Amino acid sequence: MTVTDNGVNVQALLDAREALKGAPEAARFTWRATSKWDRGVHCTTTIENFYGLGAEQSHKAKSEFAADHPEVFAAEDNGITPIEYLLVGLASCLTAGVASVAQNRGIQLRSVTAVVEGNHDIRGILGDPDVRNGYNDIKVTFDIDADASKEDIEAIVAQSQKRSAVFDALTNPTDVTVEVA
Amino acid sequence: MGDSVTTVVVGAGHAGLAASHFLRRRGIDHVVLERGQVANSWRTERWDSLRLLTPNWLSRLPGLDYDGDDPDGYMTMDEVVAFIERFAAGAPVRTGVNVTSVRRTGEGFAVGDLRCRSVVIATGACNVPVVPDFGDLGVPQVTPFGYRNPDRLPDGGVLVVGASATGVQIAAELRRAGRQVVLSVGEHTRMPRRHRGRDVLWWMHESGLWAQRYDEVEDLDRARRLPSPQLAGGADVDLNTLTEAGVELVGRLATVRDGWALFSGGLRNVCSLADLKANRMLAGFDEWAGLTGRVVLEPTRVPAKPRLRLDLGSGEIGTIVWATGFRPDHSWLQVPVLDEKGRLRHDGGVTEVPGLYALGLPVLRRRRSTFLHGIEDDARYVVDHLVRTLSGTPGRPESEAGSTLGWNGHGSGDIVSPR
Ligand SMILES: Cc1cc2nc3c(=O)[nH]c(=O)nc-3n(C[C@H](O)[C@H](O)[C@H](O)COP(=O)(O)OP(=O)(O)OC[C@H]3O[C@@H](n4cnc5c(N)ncnc54)[C@H](O)[C@@H]3O)c2cc1C
Repeated sequence: MTVTDNGVNVQALLDAREALKGAPEAARFTWRATSKWDRGVHCTTTIENFYGLGAEQSHKAKSEFAADHPEVFAAEDNGITPIEYLLVGLASCLTAGVASVAQNRGIQLRSVTAVVEGNHDIRGILGDPDVRNGYNDIKVTFDIDADASKEDIEAIVAQSQKRSAVFDALTNPTDVTVEVA
Repeated sequence: MGDSVTTVVVGAGHAGLAASHFLRRRGIDHVVLERGQVANSWRTERWDSLRLLTPNWLSRLPGLDYDGDDPDGYMTMDEVVAFIERFAAGAPVRTGVNVTSVRRTGEGFAVGDLRCRSVVIATGACNVPVVPDFGDLGVPQVTPFGYRNPDRLPDGGVLVVGASATGVQIAAELRRAGRQVVLSVGEHTRMPRRHRGRDVLWWMHESGLWAQRYDEVEDLDRARRLPSPQLAGGADVDLNTLTEAGVELVGRLATVRDGWALFSGGLRNVCSLADLKANRMLAGFDEWAGLTGRVVLEPTRVPAKPRLRLDLGSGEIGTIVWATGFRPDHSWLQVPVLDEKGRLRHDGGVTEVPGLYALGLPVLRRRRSTFLHGIEDDARYVVDHLVRTLSGTPGRPESEAGSTLGWNGHGSGDIVSPR
């Protein structure tokens, strides 16, 4: 029997689930980002620290993300559009889920590619009250090469959506507060 | 000081009556206390058109098998009540006694002012309809306990929330009565009424899946939480038949904001999950039967653009029906055996408090525990355990058989569910 290795430590995740049953406080995480305006519609967001397991935590390294708008929007294109960051989040979250679920089910992955398309009618952000600001819909297409039947692969993809933080954040409303300090 | 008796059974549904059946056989002096009449839940908490979703031949209680002339039919509520009344013959039931407190005493328990050495809780798993709290919605609302038939609902469209057995049945009936119906669909258990010409519950039963014991189930917590299957007694109902009938499917009701109901955009995923699980279940049946060639269900047809929001103030919706599940009520139990989520802690019906037992909870000892035909094994075991505890030789009764036909567990984690 070959050992499945998708590089996900599923045992650690299962252990964490057990451990957190008795310590729901530790399960409360706060993710943080700090964004600084550069010029025009260009800004740079930095992520380094977060809170979880009852204490302040940091990533191994600080990450910076530039956001801007493309030239067709008369901007300088110093980085991707903010709404594209949602696609980054969704694709990475679902892909991580695919790897974890496959690992847990003993399925060896060879390659996983997700193509994400979000349809967006920009008349909304330009002020048309009949058009919504955000995406109208999003489509994710997975291309997966693995030692598994098509049905098993579909089941992994379905399960990954079921347990995805970003899929949930995009498909369900979230209460958002914006204040001026 | 009130009277005393050896054992008190609380609740005269089929579960409490089954406990009484075995207590009588073992010669244990007991009473069954019932707040209403025998089979109270079936008399007072069900809608008019409801039929059992289990076929008549599965209506089996200890010592009483269905003996009518329509084994493949599905009982109406009047028929279920009559069946359970027959089963109650000879049981020491005191009706009209609402138990409002059970406390521990030195020698055992006090049930109200009745003293006893052991108690069997058989008050049912579905005492309270679960309704999410979204504040004041400004629309008349009804739970399955209040719902009787379409005529009794206020005029206008109906938003049915929940697509398990209750929700799909009520949605179908309202649509037949000419109502506009929007059905909010979260995670659900799809189950075709028939598979290869036989009732799907025949497969559940014969394959041994339903008899799977709680300590053989892979994820017991999950098995105990599973939504009821999309089945109706004698009718085919699933999301596709509802769509054909003109019911509009929307995602899970996520919240209500400024008078708008907001639905999840994850409808497609909950439908694929349900399709995959249903197909896996059928494949498991075929594998058990040694049949080749798969039967694959028509995929659930999800609308191209499901509505994500609905204005509850527009007048489109005249009523909201909450078909969002049920939970037991143990508020009268003053013995600390509830967990942090308010669920009764027990190991196959045996609580950690000597002499205190439960019956009729989801997957109590078997996957079929909450169904009529599931009570016999559970009640026999629990009463055996109770008798041993009374006689001072506590411990597990003789070990029971596992799943009779060795269900291999193929995909079973997600299939069967109590209601
Ligand atoms: C809508 C619906 C449809 C179902 N369909 C089927 C089906 O088709 N086939 C099937 O096999 N199963 C079905 N079930 C599951 C199950 O068979 C029923 O829930 C059944 O009623 C459970 O029996 P029980 O004896 O455990 O509980 P109940 O029948 O609920 O009996 C509990 C009794 O306890 C009494 N009681 C509760 N609290 C107190 C108290 N504090 N003091 C005194 N008395 C009290 C109640 O009045 C009631 O009579 C269905 C359940 C529901 C909700």
